[in-house]
Amino acid sequence: MPYLARRTGQALIVLAIAFTATFVLLQALPGDAILIKFESPELGLSPEQIADIRASYGADVPAWQQFLHTISGFVVGDFGYSVQYGTPVHELIGTALPETLVLAGLGFVVAVVLAVALAFLSTLAPFGWLRQGLRALPGVFVSVPVFWLGIVLIQVFSFQLRLVPVIGADPVQGLILPVLTLAVPISAPLAQILARSIDEVQLSPFVAVVRAKGASPARVLWRDVARNATLPAITIAGVLIGELIGGAVVTETVFGRAGIGRLTEQAVANQDVAVLQAIVVLAALVFVVVNLAVDLVYPVLDPRLKRKAVAA
Amino acid sequence: MRRRLRGIRPGLVVAWTVIAVVIAWAIVPWLFTGQDPLAGVPAEKLQAPSGAHLFGTDAIGRDLFTRVVHGAVHSLSGAFVAVTVGLVGGTLLGVLAGSLGGAVDAVVMRLVDVLLAIPGLLLALSIIILLGFGTVNAAIAVGVGSVAAFARLSRSEVVRVRQADYVEAAFGSGARLHAVLFRHVLPNSLTAVVGLAALQFGTAILAISTLGFLGYGAPPPTPEWGLLIAEGRNYVATSWWLTVLPGLVVVAVVLSANRISHALGRTR
Repeated sequence: MPYLARRTGQALIVLAIAFTATFVLLQALPGDAILIKFESPELGLSPEQIADIRASYGADVPAWQQFLHTISGFVVGDFGYSVQYGTPVHELIGTALPETLVLAGLGFVVAVVLAVALAFLSTLAPFGWLRQGLRALPGVFVSVPVFWLGIVLIQVFSFQLRLVPVIGADPVQGLILPVLTLAVPISAPLAQILARSIDEVQLSPFVAVVRAKGASPARVLWRDVARNATLPAITIAGVLIGELIGGAVVTETVFGRAGIGRLTEQAVANQDVAVLQAIVVLAALVFVVVNLAVDLVYPVLDPRLKRKAVAA
Repeated sequence: MRRRLRGIRPGLVVAWTVIAVVIAWAIVPWLFTGQDPLAGVPAEKLQAPSGAHLFGTDAIGRDLFTRVVHGAVHSLSGAFVAVTVGLVGGTLLGVLAGSLGGAVDAVVMRLVDVLLAIPGLLLALSIIILLGFGTVNAAIAVGVGSVAAFARLSRSEVVRVRQADYVEAAFGSGARLHAVLFRHVLPNSLTAVVGLAALQFGTAILAISTLGFLGYGAPPPTPEWGLLIAEGRNYVATSWWLTVLPGLVVVAVVLSANRISHALGRTR
């Protein structure tokens, strides 16, 4: 399978460059986190003690040795130590990941439901003005700052309507508003792509043929239009995952939830480069893997492409 | 066609008006408000919106409308810097890749792939951790995130224009590569790039306000829009205007920028 090999090779190259770039930018620079944390005069550490600390973090050897050490660590899942907490980075990520996975997973599901509902309603709604209004909604969704949306939701649902308690919420209640905050901006590009491809499919000749043969509007919609229109939406899965990670940083900060996003935010605030590098490389890994999976799955879902690929 | 014209024009006029007003806020804020954005009147703290204070007042009695007006310059100049970084860097890379082809093309496009593989906010945060906090650094960080989009677009435009007959004719009549680039390829790729720049302008305003909210942009008491919302956050229970109104301004500006970029893309 030369195609699979080539795509996998490209993905590996992208990951290798991402790692190298983040390493060069974040770790090899002079003003590193160790100096920031330990060199402040209040600690009163002698230069020898600082040198010892640097040695214990592996920061005293030449940059190329650090590079080899770090990359061989990354390959086996060892991301080094957090300067801020003094614990291994993979442990920090391991404890933070489940919280974020729940938030992001639910956010993604809600976003898909929202997008599908919006896309179909905006082509099926009874009045022209209503369809136009629904069509414009995704454009509004992408223009709303995520952090502001979260705050407004807290304001409306917790303080005005008192539907979701602010203090003493159980885990399920605590998830409602963050999930909604995360889902709204993610649903927008999905809804736009779906609506556009529903339009395209409805105009294509085979739909006219099915209609002419006497199929009911419902059969045309669910069997012919829906199945064909959802395919293009899969292609933006990788981009959406990236937005989920970015959205998690903001959402977890606004709602004060623990997770990868919060870890990222604190890593930046404390110049904890090892943590940030691990998160950035992992995010790139997820993106690359998802895109690779989409490329491989797409021809299976759409037999027309498989025939083309074989012919080419 | 007529229906489309009738449906589109008013929205576009509103969008341009919003952008014009916000630009005026940034250039001549004192024409819109006579109050001080930094000094407050403690006796008038946390007042709801009224005739005297259009957007109400904050916790130390500063007029919120004044702060939003004076904040425009931070958001707009930040977005301007970000779009410039993305436009110049991205177009340079894209034109290089598209016109030289071969190994240069392959290397540049792999770099672009890397930029695309890292979520925008994480990329911006990585650059901020490198450059340090601040308005300009946040703007540069956001700009680097848009390099990939500009590079891809300008590369595909260059490749498209290069295949045109008149460009081949120019090469045939003995023109050098850089002459053809400046004379034919760049002018013909411009419209698409300008449309993308307008879109990125809205995105940049959103991203810069996000960084400001997280505390990585301008330091307090700068009235940057994201920071205004962050400061109002402690009073959500009692003073809704502190978060809602600046946020609505951000939404209006971003919607308008997107609307204009859409119109620019259509005239192509």
